[in-house]
Parts: sequence; C-alpha cells; structure tokens
Amino acid sequence: MEPVTSKRVAVTVNGALHERDVEARRLLVHFLRDELDLTGTHVGCDTGNCGACTVIVDAKAVKSCMLLAVQVDGATIETIESLASDGGLHPLQQAFSDHHALQCGYCTPGMLMSAKHLLDHNAEPTENEIRRAIQGNICRCTGYVNIVEAIAAAAKGEVSA
Amino acid sequence: MLLSEVGYARPAAVEEAVRLLAEHDGARPLAGGQTILNVMKARAAAPDVLVDLADLEELRAIASTDDGGLVIGAMVTSAELVTSSDVKAARPVLGDVAAQIADVQVRNRGTIGGNVCSNDPTNHLPPVLVAVGATMTIAGADGERDVPAEEFFLGVYMTAVGLGELLTRITLPPLAGARDGFSSVTIGADGTCIVNAAATVSGDEARVVLGCVAATPVLLTAPAEDDAVREAVHGAGLEPPSDVHGSADYRRHLAEVVAARAVAEAGGGG
Ligand SMILES: Cc1cc2nc3c(=O)[nH]c(=O)nc-3n(C[C@H](O)[C@H](O)[C@H](O)COP(=O)(O)OP(=O)(O)OC[C@H]3O[C@@H](n4cnc5c(N)ncnc54)[C@H](O)[C@@H]3O)c2cc1C
Ligand code: FES
Ligand code: FES
Repeated sequence: MEPVTSKRVAVTVNGALHERDVEARRLLVHFLRDELDLTGTHVGCDTGNCGACTVIVDAKAVKSCMLLAVQVDGATIETIESLASDGGLHPLQQAFSDHHALQCGYCTPGMLMSAKHLLDHNAEPTENEIRRAIQGNICRCTGYVNIVEAIAAAAKGEVSA
Repeated sequence: MLLSEVGYARPAAVEEAVRLLAEHDGARPLAGGQTILNVMKARAAAPDVLVDLADLEELRAIASTDDGGLVIGAMVTSAELVTSSDVKAARPVLGDVAAQIADVQVRNRGTIGGNVCSNDPTNHLPPVLVAVGATMTIAGADGERDVPAEEFFLGVYMTAVGLGELLTRITLPPLAGARDGFSSVTIGADGTCIVNAAATVSGDEARVVLGCVAATPVLLTAPAEDDAVREAVHGAGLEPPSDVHGSADYRRHLAEVVAARAVAEAGGGG
C-alpha cells in the first residue's frame, strides 16, 4: 500500500450514505460543510479549543476540525442536522429554546451535539456531569447557566410541547 | 484551515507502518490527530505523509499481565483509560489523570501514545509514566526495543522514538504494595497544567516526577514526608519557564506544593 493524496471515502451521515473522493488534507468539518452542504456544524477556533465543530462519530463526540475526512472512512456520523425531525424540534433543542440557552447561536450546534452525546451515554446526569460534558464547548454569550438548566430539563423530559 | 498537501496511508500491520515510515522522508505517525493537525495548521511542521495507526488492532488493546501489571497499546484513547476496569484494578492513577485531560471530545480522540510522543511539557501523562516506572516498547525496521520511561523523554516534542520508528505499547509494573498520586495546578478546571506532579510511594520512599518545569519530566526521589519532599524539590535547582500563566518563581513554588500533595495522595506521611 502506498500513500495517496486523495482517496474515496464512504461515510454515513445522518442516516444517508455518501461516497466522495476526498483530498487527504481535508478536515472533516470542511467535508461536512463544503461537500455535503451541512453548514450547521460551525468553525470557531479551528484549533480544537472551542467545540463549535462538535459532531458525533461512531457514538463519540469529537471536534470535526481536529480530524481528517479520510480518517472517518466507513464511520457513522451525526451532525446537528439530525436532531430536528418532521415532528419538530429535538427535546434538547426545545429545552434550549425554553431556557434561553442561546443568544447568538454560534456555539449552539456544537453544544447540542455534546449534550446529545452526554444523554446518549448517561440518561440521568448530575449538574456536575453536565458541566463536565460541555467543558470542551465555549459559549461567549450565555454564561452557561441556562445551557446547564436546559440539558437537565431535557434529561428529565421537562420540555414544552 | 486548508492544510498543505499531504499523503495518507492506513496500514493494517505494524511492519507495514514501520516500512512506510522508513521509506518516506518526512512521514509521521497519525494517532488521534489532536496535536499533529494543529501543528500542520500552524505550518510548524509539514509532514509529507501521515501514517494513520487507526487500523493497528494490537495498538488498541489494554491487557493486564500475570503479575498484576498493565500493557497498554499506544492507540488507546484517554477516554478508554478512564473507563478501563483493568486500569482501575492495576494502576488507577492512570485513569484518574486521563479524566483530567482537556475535555470529552479531546479524550475521545487523543491517545496515550500521542500524548507521550508529542511530549508537550504540560501534558498530563509523561510524569505519571515516569513515576510508575513504565517501559516503552518501540518498533523499528530491526524489530522491537524497550526504553524505560525515564529515558524516553529527550526534549520538547522529542522522544526516544526515532525516524522510521513507532511506539507500540507501554508496560506498567504492578503496584506491589506501592501507591500512586497526582496533583496539578491548571488553567481552569481540567485545563492545561501550569505545574503538575506524579508520585509513587513504596515503603518510606517517594518517586516524585514534576511536569511543566523543564523540557522533560524531572524525576526526584525523597523520603515520603511532606518536609523532605519539599526540600528535595527546593534543592533540585529547577529553572522553569515564565509565561503569562505563571512566573518561574511561582512555578518553583507550585512545584513544591504539588509534589507534596501528590505524595500525600499516594499515602506518604505529612
Ligand atoms: C484543546 C486541546 C487541549 C488539550 N489539553 C491537554 C491537557 O491538558 N493535557 C494533556 O496531557 N494533553 C492535552 N491535549 C493533548 C491531547 O490529550 C493528546 O494527548 C495529544 O493531542 C496527542 O495525542 P494524539 O493521539 O492526538 O496524537 P497525534 O496528534 O496524532 O500525534 C502527536 C505526535 O506524536 C506522534 N505519534 C503519535 N502516536 C505515535 C506512536 N504510536 N509512535 C510514534 N509517534 C507517535 C505523531 O507523529 C505526532 O508527532 C490537548 C489537546 C487539545 C486539542
Ligand atoms: S472549530 Fe473545532 S474546536 Fe473550535
Ligand atoms: S450563544 Fe453565542 S457563543 Fe454561545
């Protein structure tokens, strides 16, 4: 096997299989945004610090600016676009709305994917567990208190209809 | 950020990975990518080829040894160290410290091999591995060789792993009556360390290893008592860096504090 600068990659994103030729240097976040037009995943810092680009790869929350698209060949990926359905908002999204857990909204997609990752693995998190779960997500607007309350409410199923 | 053009290979066997690393000048292993991709974004280094270690199954395993020690593959993630029952049973300090690294997302990708091979002086795991007396196994064209952790770290981002080589696994000896401790002062909760210390106490003796105060972890031994540990750190003539997070004097002070706390956590007397 010899190194290649471009490679065919097959990924399942939000339930749909995509096959594309991808340059090895392409970051996953740009693959999602520019090739698959899934622009809900944001780029904040591009250094792994802010978490705005968080997506779930094979059931694990990761920062998509810190992965190459070729690394996720064969993986199953969830992005923010997978949360809302025809039936309406995801309970986490509704809880964020109920609790004013967003202002400018820039951090929100990443914040929601970290929160989803938490609830996927821990249905009844403590406040401390919620805070630790969003430690890698920076929000410059809210002060986090309403975000923590929203995630706690979603975990308890206490969201408006 | 658009990276410079780079080649990519994803070998399925260690020999193949070693061959790729040896054949291509400027080839580098790619583990979790949580450091090397930032290095590439900053144009601080421009590898020609990334050799992705993701498919090397033998690098992904955690196993306990017959004598009660641990063998940890280089591609084991921080998140896996946190949840491993083998780690918890044999050397729990490793999981406790891994849980303090950065955040969920970084722990889900970042590996123990990448953490030690990058040898960022602020990293959490190098001092722990020196304190417990780990052995690093390195694979190259001529087979494998073992390097004690205390000889592994050579400088900032420099280790005993040479060009064309690969760290494959890390072996931790059994506790055998010893106890481990760790203490740090960080930038925010679970943030980057300003100074950290790992300690292993056997009987009356403490092995104390300080991080963030030099290019490589600093190993000291002292009687496992608060005053003696502080004195040993004081007498070590540390020349830590000064930066926006702390002056050299402040780091020297913290080094005594976290060393004593790490020894106390390991059950050393006060
Ligand atoms: C935002 C952020 C915050 C962080 N905070 C902390 C922190 O507080 N404490 C901490 O300890 N760490 C921290 N890290 C580092 C992180 O925990 C990883 O340990 C680190 O990024 C390296 O692991 P990796 O698997 O991602 O390695 P990579 O980035 O893939 O590789 C790093 C280097 O090691 C080499 N390498 C990797 N594996 C091997 C191998 N098996 N053999 C030979 N060479 C190899 C690569 O070629 C590369 O040069 C942080 C990272 C980020 C992005
Ligand atoms: S954009 Fe990826 S962590 Fe900030
Ligand atoms: S809502 Fe503005 S950054 Fe979080």
